[in-house]
Amino acid sequence: MKKVLIANRGEIARRIIRTCREKGIATVAIYSDADQEMPYVREADEAVHIGPPPVPHSYLNIEAILAAAKKCQADAIHPGYGLLSENASFARRVLEEGIVFIGPTPEVIGQMGDKLTARRIMQQAGVPVVPGGDQPVETGDEAVQMAKSIGFPVMLKASAGGGGIGMQICRDEEELRQAFQSARGRAKAYFGNDAMFVEKYVERPHHIEVQIAGDQAGQVIHLLERECSIQRRHQKVVEESPSPFLDEETREALCQAAVQAGKAVGYTGVGTVEFIVDEQKAFYFLEMNTRLQVEHPVTEEMIGLDLVALQLEIAQGKPLSVAQEDIHAKRHAIELRVYAEDPVTFLPSPGTITLYQAPGLEHVRIDDGVETGTKVTPFYDPMIAKVIASGITREEAIQRARQAMQQYLITGIKTNIPFLLEVLEDERFIAGQYNTWFIQERKPKSTI
Amino acid sequence: MKQVAANMAGTVFKVLVQAGDDVTAGQDLIVLESMKMEIPFAAEGAGKVAEVKVQVGDFVNEGDILVVLEE
Repeated sequence: MKKVLIANRGEIARRIIRTCREKGIATVAIYSDADQEMPYVREADEAVHIGPPPVPHSYLNIEAILAAAKKCQADAIHPGYGLLSENASFARRVLEEGIVFIGPTPEVIGQMGDKLTARRIMQQAGVPVVPGGDQPVETGDEAVQMAKSIGFPVMLKASAGGGGIGMQICRDEEELRQAFQSARGRAKAYFGNDAMFVEKYVERPHHIEVQIAGDQAGQVIHLLERECSIQRRHQKVVEESPSPFLDEETREALCQAAVQAGKAVGYTGVGTVEFIVDEQKAFYFLEMNTRLQVEHPVTEEMIGLDLVALQLEIAQGKPLSVAQEDIHAKRHAIELRVYAEDPVTFLPSPGTITLYQAPGLEHVRIDDGVETGTKVTPFYDPMIAKVIASGITREEAIQRARQAMQQYLITGIKTNIPFLLEVLEDERFIAGQYNTWFIQERKPKSTI
Repeated sequence: MKQVAANMAGTVFKVLVQAGDDVTAGQDLIVLESMKMEIPFAAEGAGKVAEVKVQVGDFVNEGDILVVLEE
């Protein structure tokens, strides 16, 4: 592997460039008209323009990306996260062109991308799944019937959904009937697939995921868990590892279930098995992300491992360079996602960054994609940076994270930094006692 | 006449009203998509839609007029 095209943008493109450079691999960035001035475009060895700003014409334009890869003679493509990273057709087209796809096989991506298929496979492999329908529901009546058999409250979900889009909690029959038609319409509009299903809604759950890695020889290991319960609109805002909620016994069972999940599909590459964990610490498979995760640095800082390097090794057919018994939590790590959004309403705040100064502190890693003068456009995700603070203890990590957020200077756009500071000062967070209701149940401060 | 303007840049995701419609205070008129999020724009007061200035798929900048209402 001599040259990798990164089919992504922003901070993650930059992150991948960093490891490729360390490994002596050349990089190719792709960019839309809106991203021409972004740091990642400059930092890559080569950059290819692929189209206008809207994603269907640029970062989701499979043929344009393949043409760019061939033009630069890239021998591998790294899809990053989001965009085409979990698109089985893209992975298949990449392979058809004789290019290495840095990720699992198109078959595995397809299986895990369809929630019903994923559920069925996990059930067969003995991984616990949330009680609910294994068949899609076609009508409001069918949905209600299913909900009654498993008991309210239920979660109504789009089979093709992700990132919290297409999910709705329904507490009674009336709510479910009302939600069904609109949710189905939205699923059709967003994903071009309106298969819906109904499952038991776990009250006050934790969202905990396990990082796994599998090589082409069939070896699968876990890289411990990440606690991702602090979410707004079903999107993660703060993640940490190890989870302050898990005891050793549950941790071991959870990680073993994730390895079982990976083995069941013959997983190759790094991937994440997401679980919801209820208050009694019973856990259920939620979904599998067949790509590098946004919050992968938490694992990297906790264990002291480069996950992108691991991806490159696996894609080259090398056996896993780490053994299960070498995986230990050496540090506690916390990641805070900096979004260009209003810290109170969480509404997006596009605009030009007039001043950007990231903190430079020991044991605080900044993965960012912007600089002074960067235009944060409305076309893409609002996340502009990630702050990963670590320490020997959780307290130390929190303290460093707090210091970093206080020093962070971004003007010209609104960011959620004031909100992140509030999280770090929240007594429930400090005590490590929180679940996915954390943000909704927060006492709003009037001082922001 | 009252104008409903976009307070952020984005793409028009949905147009929920047409000229001649009577609307009530708080009723959603237009939904923009910005940074992967749907943001509804509602009428501040009751009125009749005089003109819809945008179509689905249009890109609007902050300050652009979306809908004109007659009070």
